[in-house]
Amino acid sequence: MTEQMTRKKINSRIAEEIDRNLRQAFDDMAEQPVPDRFTDLLAQLKAAESTRKGGGEKDA
Amino acid sequence: MPDPREELTEHIGSLRAFALSLTRNSATADDLVQETLVKAWTNIEKFESGTNMRAWLFTILRNTFYSLRRKRKREVEDADGTMGESLATKPDHDGRLNLRDFKVAFDQLPDTQREALVLVGAQGLAYDEAAEVCGVAVGTIKSRVGRARARLAELMHLSENETLEITDAVTVGVVGARPAA
Repeated sequence: MTEQMTRKKINSRIAEEIDRNLRQAFDDMAEQPVPDRFTDLLAQLKAAESTRKGGGEKDA
Repeated sequence: MPDPREELTEHIGSLRAFALSLTRNSATADDLVQETLVKAWTNIEKFESGTNMRAWLFTILRNTFYSLRRKRKREVEDADGTMGESLATKPDHDGRLNLRDFKVAFDQLPDTQREALVLVGAQGLAYDEAAEVCGVAVGTIKSRVGRARARLAELMHLSENETLEITDAVTVGVVGARPAA
């Protein structure tokens, strides 16, 4: 009952406001420049794969 | 057909934000993102093309987080409130919410509710996508999001003097699930 009463108090405007604030905080975080460690990592994974493919097929 | 792995870079920002909301520690969060990227790269054949890659990555990240947490529970829970720092550095331009209060309230939510609200409210996943990420039913996600919003509103005293009958879609979903007597 208490829980339901709490729910009833939430109207769409409040829900939107909560989401908007949350979205803003997350977008700000998500838009931060990607650290080199991640771009390096992806480049390494890619390089490792092309080495595997291009070089001898030792595991084939 | 383009290699879906080319798309991974685009999601790093979202992954970091999601990781931070789970770990609440920036170093742990980035380790989690790193592990997620390696897993995604090496398991890319499990990704169904045409589906939401971000949701797929979130699933990997979340599973990795919970298995790591089981392994070293205490370490991961030693949060430094980075989410809060990030929130606190931003002025709340047009928003009425005081971001510091919001952060404090947000941190008080149970993990399951916070996660559901982050996925749906902040990251914009559809309910069914969020349900899949968390491995629960769609109704469970709807109910968690509804309770999370209600709790935040309560903690921030947003509901004072509000006697509106209008409910948001989530509340309608939850309340509407009752037998129609």
